[in-house]
Amino acid sequence: MNQKIDTRIPALPSGRRSSFLARYGIWIVVAIVLAGLPYVFSSGLALSTMCMMGTMIIFALSYNMLLGQTGLLSFGHAVFFGLGGFLTAWAMNAVVGTDSPLPLFLFPIIGGFTGLVFGVIFGAVSTRRSGTAFAMITLGIAELVSSSALILRHFFGGEEGITVDRTDMIHLFGLSFGPQIQVYYLIAVWCLISATAMYALTCTPFGRICNAVRDNAERVRFIGYNTQTVRFMAFSLSGLFAGIGGGLAAINFEIMNSAQMGVGESGAVILMTYIGGIGNFAGPIIGAVVVTYLQLMLSDITDVWQLYFGLLFIGMVMYAPNGLAGLLALQQPLLQTRQLHRVAPYYALALAPGLVAITGLSMVIEMTYQLSVKTAAGPAMEFFGVTFNANVPLPWIIAVVLFAAGVWLFLRAARLAGHVYSEAVTWRKMP
Amino acid sequence: MTVSPNSVPALELSGLEKSFGPMKIIRGIDLDIPSGERHAVIGPNGAGKSTLFHLISGHYRPSGGTVKLHGDDITGLQPELIARRGLSRSFQVTNIFPQLSVWENVRCATLWAMGYKYSFWRNVESLTDARERTEQILTEINMLDRWNMPAGVLAYAEQRALEIGLAIASNADTILLDEPMAGMSHGETEHMVGLIRQVSENRTLLMIEHDMSVVFDLADRISVLVYGEVIASDTPERIKANPAVQQAYLGTEVV
Repeated sequence: MNQKIDTRIPALPSGRRSSFLARYGIWIVVAIVLAGLPYVFSSGLALSTMCMMGTMIIFALSYNMLLGQTGLLSFGHAVFFGLGGFLTAWAMNAVVGTDSPLPLFLFPIIGGFTGLVFGVIFGAVSTRRSGTAFAMITLGIAELVSSSALILRHFFGGEEGITVDRTDMIHLFGLSFGPQIQVYYLIAVWCLISATAMYALTCTPFGRICNAVRDNAERVRFIGYNTQTVRFMAFSLSGLFAGIGGGLAAINFEIMNSAQMGVGESGAVILMTYIGGIGNFAGPIIGAVVVTYLQLMLSDITDVWQLYFGLLFIGMVMYAPNGLAGLLALQQPLLQTRQLHRVAPYYALALAPGLVAITGLSMVIEMTYQLSVKTAAGPAMEFFGVTFNANVPLPWIIAVVLFAAGVWLFLRAARLAGHVYSEAVTWRKMP
Repeated sequence: MTVSPNSVPALELSGLEKSFGPMKIIRGIDLDIPSGERHAVIGPNGAGKSTLFHLISGHYRPSGGTVKLHGDDITGLQPELIARRGLSRSFQVTNIFPQLSVWENVRCATLWAMGYKYSFWRNVESLTDARERTEQILTEINMLDRWNMPAGVLAYAEQRALEIGLAIASNADTILLDEPMAGMSHGETEHMVGLIRQVSENRTLLMIEHDMSVVFDLADRISVLVYGEVIASDTPERIKANPAVQQAYLGTEVV
């Protein structure tokens, strides 16, 4: 207690309102980036990918209001995404051809309202408990809503789902929302609004008490707060934003399917949020972008892409529990002391054998898949442009050697990088 | 202590009982603590001291009897409702918000009393009164220089001081401290005694403590709890002299 490293008192948070630029600068930059992205990535595929990312960013951020901010692990968050989407779809179909004055860009509000209403209903039940019991109740709600989709076939459209035509609305300002670029900007604006609102929520008394509930719920009661009320409010509000995301998904895909509110989708949002990092507001944004991109890319090149996701998820949980955002945050002290250039080569040194190990592992996976599932296609297969027979020992030996050598070298290089990292971080304190 | 002797006690326990199944842990406690008193509860391990605190603060529901705070019955109320009435407490095992900064820990504890409650439309940084109150508390517990550290990485003694800060942040008039000096070195204990003396100024204090020198130094009155019953409740001098207390608890420790 007496050994103070730094005797200066760090500047206390000042009460003065910081300048306009300091408060909103980051959001202005984000807005400019969002506006400029279609000029950089202008292909049709890139546009529809970015549209998907936008809806997923809202969805993942809303999930992190529960998991990261309030410490609530929900297994049924897609319920609000899906119901928001279905109600938006029904509302759109209801006004088609009625000369309604409602322009398309207002419809996500219906999704948000739906999410809020169901958040209130399901929250009233689930947030009576916390921890494992809460998680189990949300799983039950997810199953309940999924199975009602099979019963209420008229409302949820059965296997085919509900289709909409987003161009069949009033064309305010001449916007038909036929071209994907217009949908992109619609999603970008809603994404920006939702993200700003969710960030602002973290900076309110309620937001801070949510963090306190996450840290130590029992203690919160003794400073005057009803923790059940805090959980209920967080749950309802996260339902609202998930509903907005669902509404945008309905507009984007022009179809809603009951799979979009199933347990699988609820699992996907946990994956995104966790891989991105739950401890940082930007984490779920990074997670949504990376996971959506990987989903599209991997599903193009391999049939068993979900298996790779499982491995990635396990790897992140075990070795980088703070997610990608946590890994990035680790680099901040290096940037401050301008030491990143010293450590970066060692990252590359670790990355190379890591990629080799992944190559070996995926070779084993793909060969197994070729021999066990794609039996009709025979043992001849292609991997990274190389054609070979999976039914002979040589490729298996190569794969195992690649994997084992890669892992061994990776572990050594990672240890070295960690050593250099801690040296660089403490560099300034050296005499 | 500007309280007239006839005024309503800050805390009034009558016939308080708690059983866990067949086990009677608290067996009918009657105790009045006048406003502004520093009152210590001592007793051997397992006497039910912490259980008594849990009953008063709403952590447990009493099996029988009543608890009154400034004359109002608070028996069996939820902890948050009791806290809102101006009773706050610390815990035997350090109980803070480990991931939040020291600043955020204290500020969270000020928010309800400041009237901000569940507000989700105001920026917390713009709440001048909460900021000033937080700064004042941190000055009082002498931790202003630690304000931006995560509470979980603080030294043990600092975490204990932060607990005191959480207990007084809401401006409660009655505070319960459960072994605030447990596990501290001699120097740290001395520092803590000064801090407790200072924060209990103009407040009613009820504390559990094992360190007898601390208890006799700080307390206006002492209650001795043995097997769930108060066997004596008196000034430190008379407690020292009480043969029943010496036999039951103090033994030969106190000269």
